[in-house]
Amino acid sequence: MRITFWGTRGSIPSPGPDTVRYGGNTSCIGVETSEERLIILDAGSGIRALGLAIAPRMPLACSIFLSHTHWDHIQGLPFFVPLFVPGNEVDIYGTFDPILMKDIKEVLSVQMEYYYFPVRSAELKAKVAYKTLREGQNVDVDGARVTAILMNHTVLSFGYKVECGGKSLFYTGDHEDYVNIYAPGEPHYQEYEVLITQKRELLASFMRGVDVLVADAQYTAEEYSAKTGWGHSSPDRYVDMAVEAGVKSIYFTHHEPTRDDAAVDRFLADILAEHGDRGVTIAMAAEGLSFDL
Amino acid sequence: MKATEELILPLVEKIPAFSQSVSRVLTMTSDMNCSPRELVEVVSLDPVLTLKILKLVNSAYFGLAQKVTSIHHALVYLGLNTLKNITLSLAMIGALPRKNKAGFDADALWLHSLGTGVTARLLAKGRLKLGDEAEDYFVAGLLHDVGKLIFARYMPEQFKEALLAAGEGEVSLCEAEKRAIGADHAEVGAMLAAKWQLSDELAAALGRHHVPEQGEPLPMLDAIFAANQAVKVLNCGLSGDSIPRELPEGVATRLGVNLEGLVDSMPNLAEELDKARILITI
Repeated sequence: MRITFWGTRGSIPSPGPDTVRYGGNTSCIGVETSEERLIILDAGSGIRALGLAIAPRMPLACSIFLSHTHWDHIQGLPFFVPLFVPGNEVDIYGTFDPILMKDIKEVLSVQMEYYYFPVRSAELKAKVAYKTLREGQNVDVDGARVTAILMNHTVLSFGYKVECGGKSLFYTGDHEDYVNIYAPGEPHYQEYEVLITQKRELLASFMRGVDVLVADAQYTAEEYSAKTGWGHSSPDRYVDMAVEAGVKSIYFTHHEPTRDDAAVDRFLADILAEHGDRGVTIAMAAEGLSFDL
Repeated sequence: MKATEELILPLVEKIPAFSQSVSRVLTMTSDMNCSPRELVEVVSLDPVLTLKILKLVNSAYFGLAQKVTSIHHALVYLGLNTLKNITLSLAMIGALPRKNKAGFDADALWLHSLGTGVTARLLAKGRLKLGDEAEDYFVAGLLHDVGKLIFARYMPEQFKEALLAAGEGEVSLCEAEKRAIGADHAEVGAMLAAKWQLSDELAAALGRHHVPEQGEPLPMLDAIFAANQAVKVLNCGLSGDSIPRELPEGVATRLGVNLEGLVDSMPNLAEELDKARILITI
């Protein structure tokens, strides 16, 4: 399994001289598990460069798993070259929208309507299949298994586990750790705490033993206190969970758009100072970083 | 009028309260910083709303791997923003009875009402350039025919008679209701709005929604009247009274559009309604 980060930025692309090392493109991860079909996690602006990189292999097949459909996770899709070329096969997976009752195809086609984009999704030349996923559903991608779990965000959002040949990766998509809405001692505090614990345990058991955890840690602990409820996390809880679940390494991603390279370095140094001796390897995801499992 | 009130008020009393929650849910959900505790508190006080939320989140649409068993659980599992939006949709739709013995198709009326609500909200945002108040226009549209539901539920025989008489085209439905029951559905809607302590503007808009030219001009009334006619032109749902009326001159002038122009300007109504339709069946 070869993992490549094509986009590591959260919220909005942030290109510029101060973000060249960690990258300015939004969420996209390439996971190569076979020569036949590439797995892609999220389609932020990073997927544009990924599309160009794999273009020489056309005709090709790939399966794109979208954690959710906020802009920074889908905005690269209309610039993903393989979609425009006949002979390619692109499967796109994602959540259902239970508020407006739309499936993933309808949600994505809006992004390519006349007033947003010159080519409508119906005009794409590749063979595109849209598949709305249920939580817990497994998808077999040419021998690799991808499983979805519901995370905690401001919209229904999936985390994905990819398993192949005894190796595994868990990508959280956007995720905020669960917060008790009651203070200790108040009525309902215990009841709520039990529910939170159940959900955390479910997540921990889902990620048990994975080789790599790629996790949304957009905020430092200090920033998080002012941004509770925005749907993103700070790193500490992930480290606890990873240690508990026997995860081997963590890559933090979805970098806050205002955080330049030097600030990401400082953020990592602070995390390592706090958790460097916990027995799990911790690094920051950087655009272009690629490694084998 | 005294006699009418004596007759109708006890019926209005039988309708369950607007679960108080609805107006609170509306206020809360227009706030970006909606408090999760307050949301849980309001929903928990309303067993029907709670049940509907749980039914929806456990339905195939959500496709969850675990059964969600309480509002707290739903909040943990789905997050505040998703729960907030579900609550808003269901609170509005769930407030009224749907079963009756008058042979009246309440789901078709709901569709008509939803269409009127959606259109009134479009008018409020577009023509009247309103912000948050546009939600009140949606509520007014949704509720404008609520009097018919009360008749269908509590006076099914008389209401059936009124529907038949109006169906023959001799008299309007309001007139036929007055003959058969002693009051029309608009008056009863206004009484219910008062009972639910909705705004005076909303009660007046409901009460006058067939006679907008009588009394002081009221923007909400203009919007509800126009929306009601447009939805009839588009054959969206059924109200028991299907012939659209042209907008009176005052209404058309104040809204800056006539009926034809309004209908032409809303090509997305069918789509908007499809979204709302599923909520009716929950």
